[in-house]
Amino acid sequence: MSVVRLEYRNVTMRFADSNDAGALTAVRGVSFSVHDAEVVSLIGPTGCGKSTLLNIGSGLTPPSEGSAFVDGERVAGPNAQVAFMLQKDLLLPWRTVAENVTFGVEIQGLPLKECKRRAAALLANFKLAEFSGHYPHQLSGGMRQRVALARTLAVDPHVLLLDEPFSAVDAQTRMVLQRDLAQTLKQANKTALLITHDLAEAVTLSDRVLVMSRRPGTIIDEIRIEMPQRDNPIARRRDAKFNDYVAHLMDRLDIAHVALEREGEGAAW
Amino acid sequence: MVNDTRAALVRRGAIASIFLLVAFLAAWQWGPGLLGVPSFIVPPLSSVATEFVRAWQVYHLPLHTGVTAAEVLAGFMLGSLLGAMVGYLLGMSPTAELALSPYILALQIAPKVAFAPLFILWMGFTVYPKILVAILIVFFPVMVNVLTAVRNVDPDLINLARAFKASRAQIFWRIEFPSSMPPMFAGLRIGSTLAVVGVVVGELVGGNLGLGYLLTFGEGQANTPLVFVSIVMLTLVGGIAYLIVILIERRVLHYLPARGVGRNI
Repeated sequence: MSVVRLEYRNVTMRFADSNDAGALTAVRGVSFSVHDAEVVSLIGPTGCGKSTLLNIGSGLTPPSEGSAFVDGERVAGPNAQVAFMLQKDLLLPWRTVAENVTFGVEIQGLPLKECKRRAAALLANFKLAEFSGHYPHQLSGGMRQRVALARTLAVDPHVLLLDEPFSAVDAQTRMVLQRDLAQTLKQANKTALLITHDLAEAVTLSDRVLVMSRRPGTIIDEIRIEMPQRDNPIARRRDAKFNDYVAHLMDRLDIAHVALEREGEGAAW
Repeated sequence: MVNDTRAALVRRGAIASIFLLVAFLAAWQWGPGLLGVPSFIVPPLSSVATEFVRAWQVYHLPLHTGVTAAEVLAGFMLGSLLGAMVGYLLGMSPTAELALSPYILALQIAPKVAFAPLFILWMGFTVYPKILVAILIVFFPVMVNVLTAVRNVDPDLINLARAFKASRAQIFWRIEFPSSMPPMFAGLRIGSTLAVVGVVVGELVGGNLGLGYLLTFGEGQANTPLVFVSIVMLTLVGGIAYLIVILIERRVLHYLPARGVGRNI
């Protein structure tokens, strides 16, 4: 087996409860690893602590117990090997598309010329070259999300942490963006941890899917996706095995029997 | 098509606006006479115009206008600079904000113009008390807007910068400072008109320079046209200050999508 890029070792996260003095356990004893060039999806009910794991992996919040490791090194804070992307595009309205793409590399202190070169290459790759001088409000939601992906890739991270990156766009745009992401990850040999609510997205984009339980979140299942063409999610959707995987995940999440949670519950994660 | 209808709308609005101005000026000239209002209550437009020429030649109107404009400019610049700085500091330090908020609130509630006599006691009949009142009155809208803007920056945006290993200074200059620009300009617009109020009140209370002084001078002589001339000039000074803010705002916030009808109000 190839090198481990990202690893969670016995990670537990507790938050102070706002209602009483007790602590609220978001995730408990989570351990798993993601290998080089592997794409792993994390699915689970709302509030199971998926995003908490992402924040721990990117070094933004330290876990209560256990540790995350990137390239074998314990994550003690933000580091250049990891980049994340959220459902919100987080583009800066006062920067042009090209300037938004270079945001991360600029902070990391790369020479301006190199920043510009990377932005131009990525934008050309995503067919956004003609928009590089535009401002974010002039783009469609799908294009903005593509710019956000370009910004994430510009820092050339070893590991990408993706938190429901396409859940805010319409279904057709989402399929196009999923295909773009899948191709990019494959071509660049990137390692990725993808958090998603979309079971089809998890099945079509990943090598493995991890299923989490309700809060306190633990990993209750691991499914290896034995389908070819990880760089072509649209072909995977047509694969005979696709529906079986989705059905299996639905069973594991017990979707038929889950009562809808009260509004706002678990929204903090 | 959309541009066509918008251009037509602007044209219709401009024509109506000019029509209203002509109607207003006509009403000013002939209204008082028709309604039997004595000219020492509302002098007709022509006598105000005559008084304007006289004030220009006899009462040093350009000098008074210049002094007031300079005080407005100084008070506005210093007040907004101070307001922005305190806004950023409090925005970045919740502890400082909690500690200072009751005093800031008290000072905000206190009518700033009431400080004018006090400042004149302190600094005499100079330009400084007028500038100080303007500073005090401009300070709050700018500070509150900047503070709120810094406080309301999307935490995910800060996290994004942090994940790229941004330093505190980088987070400020690349995220917080530019994010605060639109609300800050909203504060500056309010401040530019308030600065005139602060300066005039200072001039009304004491001194022998500025349009506020000319206002009391005209009042003392029962020279109603001179009072009107002073009011018109004050409006002009405030209008120019507001226009300057708008022009700078257009340049700085060029990246914002064009706003709808009445863009510059």
